Amino acid sequence: MEQLKKNIKAIGLPRIIIVAFLFVLIILAVVQQQNMGTLASDVLVRFGMNMVLSLAMLPAVMAGTGMNYGLPVGLLCGILGGLVSIEIGFRGGVGLVMAMVIAIPLAIAAGYLYGKLINAVQGDEMMVGTYVGYAVVSLMCMGWLILPFKDPAMIWPIGGSGSGLRSTITLSDNYDGILNNLFAFEIGGVTVPTGLILFGLIACGLVYLFSRSKTGICLKAVGDNPRFAVASGISVKKSRMIGTILSTVLGAVGIIVYAQSFGFYQLYNAPLNMAFPPVAAVLLGGATGRVCKISHVILGTFLFQALLTIALPVANQLMPEGGLSEVIRIVVSNGIILYALTQSGGEGDA
Amino acid sequence: MPKSNGMNKIKGFMVSNIVPIVFIIVCMIGVAFSGSAPSIIMMDVISRFSRNAFLVISLIIPILTGLGLNFGIVLGAMAGQISLLIVCVAGMNGLSAVIAASALSVPLAVFLGWLTGKLLNNTKGSEMITSMILGFFASGVYQFLLLFVWGGIIPIDAPGIMLDSGIGVRSAVNLNNLKYAIDNIWKMDIFTAGIIFSLIFLIINAVKLLKRTDKTKVRTVVNIAVFAAIFVICFWASHADACKKMKALCQIPMVTFGLIALLCMFVPAFLKTKLGQDMRAVGQDMKVASVAGIDVDKTRIIATCISTVLASFGQIIFLQNLGNMSTYSAHENVGMFSAAALLIGGASVSKATVGQAIMGTILFHVLFNVSPMAGKNIFGSAELGEYFRVFIAYGIIAVTLALYAWKKTVQAREKNKVQ
Repeated sequence: MEQLKKNIKAIGLPRIIIVAFLFVLIILAVVQQQNMGTLASDVLVRFGMNMVLSLAMLPAVMAGTGMNYGLPVGLLCGILGGLVSIEIGFRGGVGLVMAMVIAIPLAIAAGYLYGKLINAVQGDEMMVGTYVGYAVVSLMCMGWLILPFKDPAMIWPIGGSGSGLRSTITLSDNYDGILNNLFAFEIGGVTVPTGLILFGLIACGLVYLFSRSKTGICLKAVGDNPRFAVASGISVKKSRMIGTILSTVLGAVGIIVYAQSFGFYQLYNAPLNMAFPPVAAVLLGGATGRVCKISHVILGTFLFQALLTIALPVANQLMPEGGLSEVIRIVVSNGIILYALTQSGGEGDA
Repeated sequence: MPKSNGMNKIKGFMVSNIVPIVFIIVCMIGVAFSGSAPSIIMMDVISRFSRNAFLVISLIIPILTGLGLNFGIVLGAMAGQISLLIVCVAGMNGLSAVIAASALSVPLAVFLGWLTGKLLNNTKGSEMITSMILGFFASGVYQFLLLFVWGGIIPIDAPGIMLDSGIGVRSAVNLNNLKYAIDNIWKMDIFTAGIIFSLIFLIINAVKLLKRTDKTKVRTVVNIAVFAAIFVICFWASHADACKKMKALCQIPMVTFGLIALLCMFVPAFLKTKLGQDMRAVGQDMKVASVAGIDVDKTRIIATCISTVLASFGQIIFLQNLGNMSTYSAHENVGMFSAAALLIGGASVSKATVGQAIMGTILFHVLFNVSPMAGKNIFGSAELGEYFRVFIAYGIIAVTLALYAWKKTVQAREKNKVQ
């Protein structure tokens, strides 16, 4: 009994519940005779498109600033980069690359400013980050209305230029799914979006290499024990700054990858709560506010997205009316974050 | 040098009240550019004030107990909504329905407040983020309850409220049966109401002055001066031709305002009781309070319970004024907008007064009313104004939180230096 309790604690209660829940859903899906091939393909796509966003949490946690609830700062830079690249007229693969090329310097600049703030509010990063994210999103809502974009595919048709950007900007005749279809192949009815997953894994690999570099080790030292880091002559502020900038850049790249798979850039209030699913995913993977590994990111994103993807058709068949899958999404993602908050004993760790 | 002393006092006043002062200016600019008649704005602000003040004031007690902005009042709002739905299903009407709903919401809100308090005791130091995430989480549970359990597990026969399939509550519920149930009990035009309320407060303050506690004497005199001024202005305006339109349009729901006034007197009075003092002590320093023999955890739970119950009343007042309820989203922004209103009034994460709540509610809703039109007239886009007011709400919370955290780190650093 004692051993069992220990094991449960080691694996973590929410993970056990979620995995059990996932199994129930899979069994239900089989019983309902859902098309398992399509489901598996969808899981892989969702996994791939969310991986970089979840990965954005890693540098922030590593540098000791906790989960990056201010992720929308990075997301907006990514969206802006994507829009500018479309406006200039880049299309296809070049468009995707140019979107990132434009977004990354923006994200570095925004991350620098955000990092300044994060350094000033040590200990309260979560709450400040959340509301700075909200404030920036609503500021950019005004920005989307004012910014002088001219591409007719992006602005509302009535009123001519200056009437603001559309709320969703389609990529269908652009780089929609370009990574998904890269080297994609099919096994037993399951389409594997090789390019998309490969991109995510390469990003993970790069972050891993970074964490092994001298700067990465300094970051880790600050995250593990700031006092010790100071004693070894590492600048805490600088490390936290690097972590925040890196997280913001990954957020910017992440949303571009997300959008190419999704087929749309969503503007206005869409990025408002987009920081929470990656946080929940990484926590589900076994991360805490102080420790986050690549394995946590990959495992967590997979479990979380598999759960949401399978829940959708299963729930819809169970309850044709109403959004049971939406309820599951809200309860699961916020439940995981809440649990993590209580586990950290309120040290501001989640 | 008495003069420079006076200047310093004014400067100090400006600095400590910079937030409301800035927003008064912003509101004035908005009013000037909105192009709406003052009486129309006033009418809207009165109804917005009457439905929001209660919710904003419900945030004060947790702040003083050191819990920060209690975004968990969303749970209180849910309790209010569930109670309203129950009385509607029971087929009740009018004032009796509102009273029954309020009575029903008390045990529900106490229970939810107790759970919230328990949770916040487990997450000391990050109460605000916890209460916010808890709000989201509870929103999911609430949806599950009303969409699937109502009608799905508990059979409920109420065609107007339930979806056609009989399972789940409609996403918009008509509350015409209890619309204005409190507001319409007794209505008066704004000036007569002003005269009545200022007279009441004049009498209260005069009694205070006669009791002669020297400490509060200056304040009481100031209060008397303010209320006397309001009295004179209202008296003049109620006879002036220029204010005829306003007199006709702006009707004050006396009972609602009376309830708000009662709450405004209750909160400071409550804070003077033993329990209230304990809460303040806990808010100052949990360790010291604990050493002094205060049950810190229990005090914090009581504070959350009170806040949640007040919020549930607040939401009932809100919805009886609105007359319809978007079942699954009416509660969502309650925490955020109330917090923003309170902070605009000049409150901080650790300090808040009833005056700031009132001031903030008025300013926030003036801003809310004039932003779209002002946006249209200044920038040619009403949407811009709408986004601007949301930005203000989020922005003010972000700035306040950041300033508070920054002060804390600076203080900690200075403490370290001393050691």
